[in-house]
Formats: sequence, structure tokens, C-alpha cells
Amino acid sequence: MTSRVLTEEPPREPSAMEELATDAGSRKRFLKMLGGGAAATAGFGLLLSACGGGDDDEDGAEEVEISEGPDPAPPSAPPPEPAADVDIVNYALTLEYVEADFYDAVIESGLFSGSRLDLLKVIGDHELQHVEALANTVGILGGRPVAKPRTRFELGSAAAVVELAATVENLGAAAYLGQAGNIQSKEVLAAALSIHTVEARHAAALNSLTGLPPTPDGAFAKPATMAQVLPQVSPFIVS
Amino acid sequence: MAISKLAAPELATVEIQGFTRGAFILRAALAAGSVYGLQTVAPFVTEAFAQDEAGDVEILNFALTLEFLESDFYRSAQGLSGEVAALAKTFGDEEAEHVGALTKAIEGLGGTPASKPNASFPNDGQAAFLKLAQTLEDTGVSAYNGAAPRIQSKEVLAAAGSIVQVEARHAASIRLLNGEDPAPVAFDQTLQEGQVLSAVEPFIGA
Repeated sequence: MTSRVLTEEPPREPSAMEELATDAGSRKRFLKMLGGGAAATAGFGLLLSACGGGDDDEDGAEEVEISEGPDPAPPSAPPPEPAADVDIVNYALTLEYVEADFYDAVIESGLFSGSRLDLLKVIGDHELQHVEALANTVGILGGRPVAKPRTRFELGSAAAVVELAATVENLGAAAYLGQAGNIQSKEVLAAALSIHTVEARHAAALNSLTGLPPTPDGAFAKPATMAQVLPQVSPFIVS
Repeated sequence: MAISKLAAPELATVEIQGFTRGAFILRAALAAGSVYGLQTVAPFVTEAFAQDEAGDVEILNFALTLEFLESDFYRSAQGLSGEVAALAKTFGDEEAEHVGALTKAIEGLGGTPASKPNASFPNDGQAAFLKLAQTLEDTGVSAYNGAAPRIQSKEVLAAAGSIVQVEARHAASIRLLNGEDPAPVAFDQTLQEGQVLSAVEPFIGA
């Protein structure tokens, strides 16, 4: 049950995200840049409650302050939570980075307009909020957020892009479902579940645009393990 | 109900009769959602089970009651046509499968499955059907997400996760048919428990 796939990756250069994790000033700028809307900060609040802080915070600014509290432990320090949760959250973070980059590329591609573009923007914004919340959670758990991967996507026709988006979201939903039973902390589990069902909503919406059924697995959604998911994501990761 | 402004009035039109604990919590959760909005449902359910230190059987019986309700809702729908009728059939069949799986899971744990509650729904045409369907499915997602972190058994959690993903997919599809955002927020559970508890106290105390 202890999955350590991510720890087998080769050592990485410190990324922008790692800088953010250790530098309060740049984190603040980053959060400001992202806009820190109500939904995002609600997610933060949920995740922050995992470490006993932020019970009474109701607005975004306050939670952002709290997120800059104790600096994450240096890599050599033992994590306060079982390491498995950090690995799982970092795994989810990697997937969300890829998703967020994907929608960035899609939106910039000029292939979409009108209500489709609007939907893709909303979904992309959700993925960014997931990135933000998960990176923060890794820090709270005493870990180091994984480096933001460099990605590359082949964007052909609009139809092909929507199909790829549906594939990515169905995979994302399956990936979260595959980890639910491995998460130790109830707070991290609650947060993962709240993201899981949003990925599922994205998947169903994109399925309907491609003519796929909203529930392709029928009444019971199928999970996917890290070993099943990572090979499907790796083609999009350059480094 | 004395409160004049309901956040989700369509939830107040759903009546559930039954004396099981699951039926009671579900009634209270729907009432909380109808009065204070759907974002209160998950925290309410979380708290309801936390106070009881409920076991997996009780959580599963709550889920079973919810699935009975959803299954009944789709089965009793009338006057639907086209894509909506097809979707209602598919989704209703899937809810029925959830009923079957949850019943087996409860029996597998040595528990007694909750009896089917008597539920009644308004029949006011396709638009009203879609509106209530959206609310019920969103409520279902919220209820599962609220209860799931309390589940002890990894197998039961996996089953609940597999079901809630399907509920979320139903919700998104119906929201699209209603011309609404399939995923209105980035996190499906958005309120902290403490904020909601005082709001739903009248229902807990009943």
C-alpha cells in the first residue's frame, strides 16, 4: 500500500515551485498572481485545517497569510505525516501541473471560441487552483513539492484537442480514485475527494462534447494505479 | 417551514419517510441543503457521523438510503423525451446498481441493510425534473464526500469513491443540459464544518 513510485525518479533541479515552497516572499507574489479567488481559498482553508490552523479564517487574505507560516522542513527532516501522503499529493500535483499546462496551451492555440472556449477556461482555472492547493499541502505535510514539469502537447484539430482533454480528465479522475485508499490523513483524503469529483465533472462534460457517454465505466468508476497512469502522462512531459 | 427564503427550494419538495438512522440523517441533510444551500450538505454529513463515531455499516446505510432516493426519483419521472429521457434511464439504472452493491456491502460487513424509504417527488415536467435532478446529484456528491473520510475499511472507501465519481458525472451531465457550468467550483466541498454546524443545529436537535 505504500507507493513510492515518485521517489524513484531521478534527482531534479530545484524548480520555481520549490523556490515558492521555501521563500515566503515569492510565494506571496505567486498567490497574488493567481488571484486567490474565493473557491481557491476555500480549498486552502480545507487543506490548512489538516495541520490544525485556519479554523476561523473566512477570507482569502487571511488564509494566504497562514499559508506562509512555518517554512516547510528541509528535505532531510522527517515528515510529520506518513511519507506516503506526501508522495501521493506530489503525484497528484504532477498530474495537475500537466493538466493546467495543457489547458494553457489549448486556450492559446486559437482553436476555440465562444462557449467551448469558456468551458475550457473554467476547467483550466480549476486545475490551477488544484495545483496551488496541492503544492501548499505538500509543504504543510513537511515535504517538498515536486518540480513543475516542462510539458509539450501536439494540438491538432479542435476535435482532437477535445478528445485529448476528455482522455486526460478521465485519467485524472481514475488516478485520484486509485489513491483514495492509500491516503492516511482524513483531511488530505477529504481534500483529494473534493478534487476527485471535480475531475469527474470535467471528464463527463468533455465526454459529452466528444460523443462519449458521461459514465463510460457504467455505475462504478474504475480506479487507476500510479503504474497505470504515469506511462500515459509521460508523453506530455519533456523534462 | 417558517423560513421564507429557501436556498434550494426544490429540495424542500422531496419527502422521505423512514425511521432508520440513515433516513433521518438524509432528511436532515436535504433540509440543511434546502435552507442553507448545497454547500452545507457535506459538512453537515461529516459532522453527523463524527458525533456518532459511526461505523462503516451506518455510513453505508446512509449511502443506501440516498441511492434508494435517487433511484426512485429517476424511476418515477414522467413525461421526459429525447436525450433527457435516455439519460434518466441510464442514470436511474446506475443508481439501482448502486443500491444493489451497497446492500451487498452492508451484508458483507454483517450489517442489516436499511429498508427502502417511501419518497415522493413532484412531477412538474421536464424542466422541473432537470432542476431537481441537478440538485439531487450535487447533493449526492456532497453527501458522499462528507461521509467518505469517516470510512474505516479501504475496500468500503474504494467502493464509495467509485460510486461518488459516477454521481459527479451524473451531476455534470445534468448541469450541462440545464445550461449551467458542469463543475461550478474547483473543490466540491467548500465550507468548513464549524461554519455550518450552527446553521443546521435546528435539524440536528430535532
